Amino acid sequence: MILALIEHDRGEVNPASLELLTFGRKLAGSMGTSLHALVIAGPKSLAEEAAAYGAEVVHMAAHEQLEDYAPEAWARTLTQLMDAEKPEVVMAAGTDRGNEVLAHTAAMKDLPLATNCTEVRVGEAFEVTRVRWGGSLLEDARLLGEPRLLTLAPFSTAAERLPDPPEPTLRSFAPTLSERDLRVRMKERLPIRTEGVSLTDAPVVVSGGRGVGSAEGFAVLEELAGLLGGAVGASRVATNNGWRPHADQVGQTGSKVAPELYIACGISGAIQHWVGCKNSKHILVINTDPEAPIVAKADYAVIGDLHEVLPAVCAEIRRRRGT
Amino acid sequence: MNILVCVKRVPETGARIVLTEDGQRIDTRYLGFTVSPHEECAVEEAVRQIEKHGGQSTVLTLGPPEAVEQLRAAMSIGIDSAILLETDGEEWPPMPTAEAIVEAIRQQAEAGNTFDLLLFGNESADAGGYQVGVRVAQALDLPCVTGIKALEIRDGVAVVRREAGGFWEVFEVPLPAVLTIKEGINVPRYPSLPGRLRAKKKPVLEIKVGTRAGGLQKIRLRTPEEEASQVQILGEGPEAAPKVVDLLEELGLIPS
Repeated sequence: MILALIEHDRGEVNPASLELLTFGRKLAGSMGTSLHALVIAGPKSLAEEAAAYGAEVVHMAAHEQLEDYAPEAWARTLTQLMDAEKPEVVMAAGTDRGNEVLAHTAAMKDLPLATNCTEVRVGEAFEVTRVRWGGSLLEDARLLGEPRLLTLAPFSTAAERLPDPPEPTLRSFAPTLSERDLRVRMKERLPIRTEGVSLTDAPVVVSGGRGVGSAEGFAVLEELAGLLGGAVGASRVATNNGWRPHADQVGQTGSKVAPELYIACGISGAIQHWVGCKNSKHILVINTDPEAPIVAKADYAVIGDLHEVLPAVCAEIRRRRGT
Repeated sequence: MNILVCVKRVPETGARIVLTEDGQRIDTRYLGFTVSPHEECAVEEAVRQIEKHGGQSTVLTLGPPEAVEQLRAAMSIGIDSAILLETDGEEWPPMPTAEAIVEAIRQQAEAGNTFDLLLFGNESADAGGYQVGVRVAQALDLPCVTGIKALEIRDGVAVVRREAGGFWEVFEVPLPAVLTIKEGINVPRYPSLPGRLRAKKKPVLEIKVGTRAGGLQKIRLRTPEEEASQVQILGEGPEAAPKVVDLLEELGLIPS
C-alpha cells in the first residue's frame, strides 16, 4: 500500500497534495497496490477530495490536542499509522510542511528520505529522480528503507480529478501523542499583507533585477503591475541591494511562482532565479542585452531599456482603454 | 548564549551548470565556492544574537579540507571559532551528515561546550534535502522549527516566525532548540578587512570523519531537458510597446 499525507491548512487542501494523489494513484497502479491517504485533524470534505483524486481508503486521524498544524505531532501520527498499516511507500508533497513532516518522520524511524522527487521507478531497486539546485539539476538515486519515504516536487505532476469519483472508504485513527510531540505548536498567526494580490496568486508578475538600478526604479514596474492586477517580484540582486523586501524575491531561496505571464525586467537569469519563474505559462523578457541567458529561455523578448519600454507599455494600455 | 551554526560549501554557479563526464558532480574547475543564502543569513543571525545577548558562536561544516574557506568567511563577520568535520571530498547523504554533526555536538558537550541554539539553513543550495537540521534535533531530543524568517530571544525562549501562505506563523520554543533559517530573516553584512584579518587567527578544530553510506544513494546527476523555447523578439526599445500590449490582450491579461 502507498500512503499519501494530505496537507491542508485549517481544512483547505493544498493543491500540491492533489498532484501527490495523482502521482500516487499511478505509482500504485504500476506497483499493483492500493493508494491510501491520511488526513490529520481535517474535515470529511478532505476525504471526498482525496477520493476524487484517487485515494481508495482515507484514514482520518483525530486527537483532542491536535487542532492546528504541529510538525512533530503530525509526524508521530504518521509513524503510528505506518506501524499499524505497514505501507510500502509513504509520501507527502514537497512543500515546506510536507518536507518538514517527512523529515521528522524519517528521523523518528531512522529511515532515509528522498525529497522533491519527480519520478519513481520500481524494478529490482527502488529508484527516484529528484531535483537539486531548486530544479536546475536532476539526481537519479536509489532509495532504501522500509517503507520508502519521499516527497514529490511541486508542479512536477499535473493533478487529475477522476471523472466519476467513488465514495471514499473512511477509517478513523486515534494517535497517541505525548507532551513532547506537541511541544512545537503554532502560537498565533498574523496576516502578512492585507492589500494587493500576492506574488504566488497573481496572474501577472512584473519582476525586476539589476537593470532596475534603484528602489525608485521599481515605480514603473509597480505601475504596470497595477494596470494588470498583478504583483511585483524581484531578483536576489534587487532584494540584496535593499531595493525590494525579501518577500518579493522570486527564485531558489525566495518564492516559486507560476503566473500566466512573467515579465522579467533587467534580469540576466542566473539559474537560482530561473528555477523560481520557469513554471510560468509565458515569459516575456525586457533586457538591454540580447545575449542575456534569460532571453534564450523566454517565449517573448523586447530588447531595450526597461525604463523606456515599460512607460511606453503603460501609456499604450491607457491609450487603448481610453483613460 | 552559545550558538552553533552549520553551513555547507557549494559551488558558485552562474547561468548554467556543467557536469563532469561521469555525471557524479558539478565541474567546478572554473567556479568559486560559497554557502547557501539561507546559511549566510543563519551566520549573520548568530552574530546578531551574540551582539545582543553576549556569549559566543561557533560555525561548523562537514566537507573537504578546502571548506575551511567557508568557515573563515563566517568568522570574518564575527563568528568566534570553527569546527571542520573533514571528509575526503565525497558527497555525504543527509543521514550520515546529521549523525556526524550530532557526534561532534556531543563531543563538544562532553568538553563542557553546550549550545543553547543550533542554526541551520532551511535546505542546502545543492542537494536540497530539507532534513539535516530536523534529524539533528530529533537525535538530540530538541524542539525544532523550520523555515524561520524572524527570531527574538527572551528569557530563554525563542519566539520565531515563518511565512505560510500569506500568514506569519508564530512559534515559541524553549532553548536549547534547533532552528532552520530562510533568507530574508536579515541582510548579511559584508566582511571588513580587519574582520578578515581577525578570522585568520581564530581557532579551527579539525576532526577527520570517515566516509559513511546512507540510504539515499546517488547514481548520477543530469541536466533537465528544458522545453526548447523559440524566443520571439517583439521589437527593440519603446517602439515595441504596441506589440507587448497586443500580447497582453491575446493572453487576456488586460482587465477591462
